[in-house]
Amino acid sequence: MAIFLDKNSKVIVQGITGREGAFHTQRMLAYGTNIVGGVTPGKGGTTIESGQPVFNTVKDAVDGTGATHSIIFVPPFAGADALWEAHDAGIALAVCITEGIPAHDMLRVVATTSGMRIIGGNCPGLISPGKSLVGIMPGHIFKEGNVGMISRSGTLTYEIVDGLTRAGFGQSTCVGIGGDPIIGTTFVDCLRAFASDPETTALVVAGEIGGSDEEDAAAFIKEHIADKPVVAFIGGRSAPKGKRLGHAGAIISGNTGTPESKVKAFGEAGVPVADRPSDIPRLLAERLKPVPA
Amino acid sequence: MKLMEYQGKDLFRRVGIPTPNGVFATTADDVKAFIREHPGSWVLKSQVMMGGRGKAGGIKFADDAQQGETLARELIGKVLKSVQNPDGEEVKSLLVEEKVDIASEAYVSIAIDRTAKQPVVLVTAQGGMDVEEVAEHDPDAIKKYWIDPARGYSPFIGRRLAFDAKLPEGFRKAFPAVLGALYTLFMDYGANLVEINPLVLTKDGRVIASDAKVDLDDNGLYKHPDVAAWNSESPADEDQAAAVAIGLGMSNYAKLDGTIGVIANGAGLGMGTMDAIRNAGGEAANFLDIGGGAQADLVKKSYDLVTSDPKVKAMFINIFGGITRGDQVARGIVEALKGGDVREVPLVVRLTGTNAEEGRRILDEAGFVPVETMDEGAARAVALAAGSK
Repeated sequence: MAIFLDKNSKVIVQGITGREGAFHTQRMLAYGTNIVGGVTPGKGGTTIESGQPVFNTVKDAVDGTGATHSIIFVPPFAGADALWEAHDAGIALAVCITEGIPAHDMLRVVATTSGMRIIGGNCPGLISPGKSLVGIMPGHIFKEGNVGMISRSGTLTYEIVDGLTRAGFGQSTCVGIGGDPIIGTTFVDCLRAFASDPETTALVVAGEIGGSDEEDAAAFIKEHIADKPVVAFIGGRSAPKGKRLGHAGAIISGNTGTPESKVKAFGEAGVPVADRPSDIPRLLAERLKPVPA
Repeated sequence: MKLMEYQGKDLFRRVGIPTPNGVFATTADDVKAFIREHPGSWVLKSQVMMGGRGKAGGIKFADDAQQGETLARELIGKVLKSVQNPDGEEVKSLLVEEKVDIASEAYVSIAIDRTAKQPVVLVTAQGGMDVEEVAEHDPDAIKKYWIDPARGYSPFIGRRLAFDAKLPEGFRKAFPAVLGALYTLFMDYGANLVEINPLVLTKDGRVIASDAKVDLDDNGLYKHPDVAAWNSESPADEDQAAAVAIGLGMSNYAKLDGTIGVIANGAGLGMGTMDAIRNAGGEAANFLDIGGGAQADLVKKSYDLVTSDPKVKAMFINIFGGITRGDQVARGIVEALKGGDVREVPLVVRLTGTNAEEGRRILDEAGFVPVETMDEGAARAVALAAGSK
């Protein structure tokens, strides 16, 4: 089953002929993603080398292909416009890879795109291993399985997934929700979807300093997820206050966003917080042990 | 990008928020000339980023040009220290402002509520003091309102907050317009935070922003090139300036207090690397995210930037290849070190992911020993830093 994305999801690429868009389109096709076309204004009517049609507008692409999913590779200034265009054309789920979209553009977008799920911006995307990849993740480190994985980061996700796969824990779906302050889909949104996914039997939540998304996730787990063991990780625990570390959202301001608060919240929800990514498979194995296979 | 008070007030005036009369000055002569032309009582306010500037002696009062000049000479070049900023900050400029007769002081701010994904307005009648202190001692005195960005601001929000927060009657007429202008500034200039503390009601019935605290979202600065230029004129954050100078994103580099240099690809991995170093008993000297698809040239510049900190005694380069190709990174590292014009420190390289095998081979041939895991790399770097001079 997986969440948000399965083998049949029809995907278009906004910015399919751009450098990044073209590169990742081929990677996604190689992974088996059902990419049915793409959008580049002015190049409508052509096809890319691998045969997928290019459209001038998202509306044309949706009308022509029946796409439900879109992945967005556009410059930051065009991010909000691309998301609105996807929403207007009836896209159900848009993955926004673009880094650097102004937070206030995202405030407006999030408030005006009800009905469309947005993953990101500033995210590595979404993968349901063995089924489909709508993102920029290196597909080969993932393995089909039952661990649901949610993360605010890109490369740290790969680090953790690599460890999970090596330890024999495959993944049902992995969602990189993005490192910006205002993102479309939060940990809680993902947890809610994972909670009702029968294929997902355990969860890994990889958060980081800044904001209170992890605290909200912990509260949700405490209330709603009793039957699926969860292991958490918090990146940036050694970070000083007031320094913004790479992600626009990764900053401890005042008493908000501290690792202590996040570790405490997970503790209260009965979720162990791994000190290092390499501890995650062991903690997961311990939590899964009492459950008969 | 955090703005100085005088810059924040510049934006206030653009959107129509009243500010005290005054002038921005960088020399004592400017202050003297201004007061000579505009006789009266003036306040000299040191333009610094740090909090607690009043207590640190950064605000002075002058009644004539001579006194203004003397006080300005004292202030400009002085290093102010406060509890919040024990290292101190040098005063490079002053804001000379009219001394207003205060009848009452309120507080108003707008910030991004990340969970609600909406701007949140905070108002209290207890202005002039630290709002976090008010939140602690009298939380009910702070009234909040979340503005739906799809609808935007409407004056009823200001009216309601003024009544709910029990602002003195004199504020009521002006407040909805002030808050509306503040919301315009918040959205149009892309602010993480706009704060007026205090918003002053004068004895003659005016409502003026006596101070201005504005923090702008770096990602939105391109919309206002004139404002973005303020940052290069006076880089408030040396780390940001250093990052931009070598072609990194503004927040991709931060100098820290430890001895182990860090270069990682990706913000999350960079933070994870810092944590791994602490777990291994050391401390990171910096955070540096070289981003995806890092080229040799950027790796070299990043290496040079990190090792320019004399505290750095070992370097840990941690690359998990997703988009970034391991062989490119390896070539970058070799190139960065073969030039001879670099500061050589013990170097631990962890390389995995796309093309990592070729990358490790390149590093091997160049005489480096790459490590397999992040934990191993952190432990090696900590040991090497302890062993080196």
